[in-house]
Amino acid sequence: MSNPFSINGGAVVAMVGKDCVAIACDLRLGMQALTVSNDFPKIFNYGDVYLGLTGLATDVTTVSEMFRYKVNMYRLREERDIEPETMANLVSSSLYEKRFGPYFVSPVIAGINPHSQKPFVCGFDSIGCIDFAKDFIVSGTASDQLFGTCESLWEPDMEPEDLFETISQAMLNSVDRDALSGWGAHVYVITKDKVVKRLLKGRQD
Amino acid sequence: MPGFDFSNHTRNAALHARGMPLPKATSTGTTIVGCIYDGGVVIAADTRATSGPIVADKNCEKLHYIAPQIWCAGAGTAADTEFTTSLISSSLELHSLSTGRKPRVVTCMTLLKQHLFRHQGHIGAYLVVAGVDPTGVHLFTVHAHGSTDKLPYVTMGSGSLAAMAIFETMWKKNLTREEAIELCSQAIQAGIFNDLGSGSNVDVCVITEEKATLMRNYLTPNERMPKEQSYKFARGTTAYLKEVVIEKKDLKKYVTIVDLAASGAAADSMEIDA
Repeated sequence: MSNPFSINGGAVVAMVGKDCVAIACDLRLGMQALTVSNDFPKIFNYGDVYLGLTGLATDVTTVSEMFRYKVNMYRLREERDIEPETMANLVSSSLYEKRFGPYFVSPVIAGINPHSQKPFVCGFDSIGCIDFAKDFIVSGTASDQLFGTCESLWEPDMEPEDLFETISQAMLNSVDRDALSGWGAHVYVITKDKVVKRLLKGRQD
Repeated sequence: MPGFDFSNHTRNAALHARGMPLPKATSTGTTIVGCIYDGGVVIAADTRATSGPIVADKNCEKLHYIAPQIWCAGAGTAADTEFTTSLISSSLELHSLSTGRKPRVVTCMTLLKQHLFRHQGHIGAYLVVAGVDPTGVHLFTVHAHGSTDKLPYVTMGSGSLAAMAIFETMWKKNLTREEAIELCSQAIQAGIFNDLGSGSNVDVCVITEEKATLMRNYLTPNERMPKEQSYKFARGTTAYLKEVVIEKKDLKKYVTIVDLAASGAAADSMEIDA
């Protein structure tokens, strides 16, 4: 049996812009080299927060549903939406609770803090170590490629329109060099009072 | 912490038995050091986090707060150093609240070693614990299996050999504050430049009888040049098949949101009984 992180394939990337953030995922679900679905989004919405999950697909679904439950309970208890920074700590402690039997996922968070209006992205390893980045976060089977494209294409203070082009091109060109990711992509561009979700035209091979 | 949840452990052990490799955790393949001087103690760390051969974070924080005058540098599995230090920080805070005394560095070191020994090295935290308490200035190392050391200068992590080389050639008795900071940052730089697991910047924390001073990014010897050209794509380059616009105000039409009056720093600070 091979590595659980690369059985199903998938890629997620998040980027910071000027008063905006973007998060993108591919749509492939595979079993080793066999593609099972070309409509398996890996980004989930929890109020003001967007969570991207790559890794073992069964755990992607389990973890996304677990956070749906946890965030709903938070909302009922606190009578407000969860903030991105709070969500980051929730994800971190939930993953570390399973330190000795982890979920095989690499989560990514993107969002704008509703109070400070500050853009926020962060990533995690499978046991909850947070990577706070000022620029971008990558995860999934195409993460090596995404590191390359993002490191060269990203620049500070991009407007939402430019951020969309940059994250889309970083994503598309990375997944085209990864056999386990691709088959289209979703891109969310998040600004303080609007979210634009686009379905990208990507290679279908 | 209520404790670990082992519910996925049987599944993962079965997968592991069939030849599945262990998941790649972010590790702080690190250089961390500490050094006592006359009147205080200095700890320092690099800021690189790695995942296998990939640099996962170029500017992470490896100096962890334990108590106002006890700080800890962490190497090994990043999640373990983060959570172990915050767990012990929390129990020390409660302990000092119940005793009405300042927490001691030996107490911190003992809590850490007992926690790590209990988990038989499975919690991969390698720590340098430093601080000043009513009994004096202290510097310890704690290994993942629970062993501890008490020395005037210490190094840990993958860059520990490079850093120790600096200490063994340059260390002398009765250092001043400035000399100790300089020595520690030299040791970290030896790690940054000679150890592949360490890199980027130098973080320093100085603890004296009065206060602790965290100097985040004390040195930045690896700053990235600004790009000479812009690689922005022309707007409209990327083809898309569908677009959905979700406006916040459309959502808020259907729900009433009452903003709580306080916001910013005042709202975040904890209420403490008089």
